[in-house]
This record gives sequence, structure tokens and C-alpha cells, in this order.
Amino acid sequence: MSGAGDREPVFPTRQSLGAMKSKLKGAQTGHDLLKRKSEALTKRFREITRRIDEAKRKMGRVMQIAAFSLAEVTYAVGNSQIGYQITESVRQAKFRVRTRQENVSGVFLPQFESFQQEGVDSGFGMTGLGKGGQQVQKCRDTYTRAVETLVELASLQTAFVILDEVIKVVNRRVNAIEHVIIPRTENTIKYINSELDELDREEFFRLKKVKGVKERAAATEEEARKKQARRESDKENQQANGEDGETKNVLGDEGDEDVIF
Amino acid sequence: MALPQSAYKDREFLAVIGDEDSVTGILLAGVGHVTDPPDSQRNYLVVDQKTETSTIEGAFDSFTKQRKDIAIVLINQHIADKIRGRVDGYSEAFPSILEIPSKDHPYDPEKDSVMKRVRKLFGE
Repeated sequence: MSGAGDREPVFPTRQSLGAMKSKLKGAQTGHDLLKRKSEALTKRFREITRRIDEAKRKMGRVMQIAAFSLAEVTYAVGNSQIGYQITESVRQAKFRVRTRQENVSGVFLPQFESFQQEGVDSGFGMTGLGKGGQQVQKCRDTYTRAVETLVELASLQTAFVILDEVIKVVNRRVNAIEHVIIPRTENTIKYINSELDELDREEFFRLKKVKGVKERAAATEEEARKKQARRESDKENQQANGEDGETKNVLGDEGDEDVIF
Repeated sequence: MALPQSAYKDREFLAVIGDEDSVTGILLAGVGHVTDPPDSQRNYLVVDQKTETSTIEGAFDSFTKQRKDIAIVLINQHIADKIRGRVDGYSEAFPSILEIPSKDHPYDPEKDSVMKRVRKLFGE
């Protein structure tokens, strides 16, 4: 008996056998689909990982160039107060990001998109007015480009984090179906089948027994009828021989006929 | 696994934690934002030799946990090293943390928490 393994608590009936079979089929279909989803996500994941690797290296270079242009500004402006001046004159962000979603096989990956907010004064209008204004302008452009690169990288990285999470969840589900649900359902089907077979055998044996009893009874009856018939024919012979013999007991003998059948 | 839209809809600013030069440069690009008074908050933190680690941690927590309008946190790698535990332990999607190189500290992919995960996944 397959009751040893883990199985679902069901009664071994044909109905639950059908239910289990359809459940097994559903689990297998689901497993195939999830596996395919996980593969698609992993492919995407590897691509993103590769792009992150590239983008991180690119970022290193871009930031270096940007830092150099800032050094030029410091040199051109000629005082070390520029940093302070800039950090203190911040009011409203001009450079902002908006987020939209991209759908990769049912997973929504956010993507940051940078944009310049209109109608906002960055507050650096006077920076470098005395001298070095050109360098300041150039530096701003360089840094804007650098930050755009960073935003791109950030969306890759967020996608990476989310995909990582999702792939883990999907793989967990794939494994759960493969190693828990499918074996358990198969086990249950096996159990139900063996129980049903057992019931079949019992039923068969019972029928055989009943048939034997009936046959025996029929045989006895046949025997009794034959005897009776013989007796009757003997009596008839006797009556034929001695017509004026004692009177026949009508009720007793004729009543016996009915009991036999 | 789609995140609710509220998780990222209002996030439109970048935050910076870095040394003076990095912050200056990035603010020049127009990233800086100061929220309206009375509780005006800046979205950047200038870190120098004297800045306490707890201040950095406080700023990091405020950018990542409390404020709901920040989409990306830029942090200098050498500063991220100071609060490495916090940075490595952070695994949310929003806001995303980006470690950037600074003028004096060239970028080292080995230390980056995301790159570490990349490496771990590929078994290198």
C-alpha cells in the first residue's frame, strides 16, 4: 500500500480520483509555464546584469570627466567658496525623474526617466558671474549628462533588484510544484487506485462466495425436486396398479409442490 | 509582483550623500531641492572629515525610509563604506541606491553592494 508517503487526506473514491488526476494535470501545466517564465526572466536578468556591469564602468569614466570639469571651475573662479555658494543657493529641483513601468513576462520593471522641470530657476544664474561663467556652464552640462547616466544606471539597478526577487519567488514555486505538489498528488492517485483495486477484489470475492452459496442451494433444491418427482411417479404407478387404494391426501402432497419453487 | 503605483508615483527627486565636490557638481546639474518651510528638508548631505557616521546614517535612513519623494539616492562609495552595513542590508527597490565614485576615490566594483550580488549570482 502506498500510504507510506505523503498524501492528501481524501476518501478513496472514483470522484476524488478524477479530481486528483485533473489536479495533477494542472500542476504539470503550471510547472511547465512557470519554468518557462523563470527561464525568460533569467535571460532578461543576465542581460541586465551584463548591462549593469558595463554601465558601472562607464559611470566611473563619466564621473571622472565631470570631476575634472569641476576642478576647472574651481580654478577659473579662483576661490574655494564656489561649493558653498552652490549648496546654499539650492531652491527647487530642475532635474527630476519620472517613473514608468515596463512589463517583462508579467513582471513590472520600473524605469526612471530624467526630465527638466520647466519654469524652475535653478538658482545658479549668478554663479560665476565675476569670472569663470563659461566653465560653470560647461561643468553644468557635463554634470547633467553624468547624472543622466546615473539615472539610467539606477533604473537598471532597480530592475535588477526586482527581477532578483521575482526570480527567487518563481523558482521557489517551480520547486514547490516539482518536489512537493506533483509527488504528493501522484501518491494520492496511487493510494486511491490501490484502495479501489482492493475494494474491487473484495467485491469479486464476495460475489464468488454468494454465487457458490446460491449454486449449492440450487443443487440441493434440484436434488429434492428430483426425489419428489420420483416419489410422485411411484405413487402414480401405485395408484394405477391399485385403483381402489386408500384415498390420496390432496392437501398435503399438492402443497409440497409450491414450497420447492 | 507589480508594485502598487503609490510606491513610486511621487518619487521624482534624487538625493545625494557625498563629499563637497561631488555634491557641488551634482547640484550644478539642477538636482538639489529644498522642501517648503517650515520643515524644509534638503535632499543632499555634504560629508567631510568631521562628519559623524551617525549623521550619515541618519541622512541615509531619512532618504531611504522617511521621505517618499526620492527615487534615487546617490552616495559616494567611500562614504557608503562607512555605513556599509546599512547599504548592504538595504534591499528595497525604491528608492534605489547608487554608489558613485568621487574625485579622490576611484570606483571599485568589488565593494559595490549591487556588484557584489551580481558576482555572487554568477558564482565568481
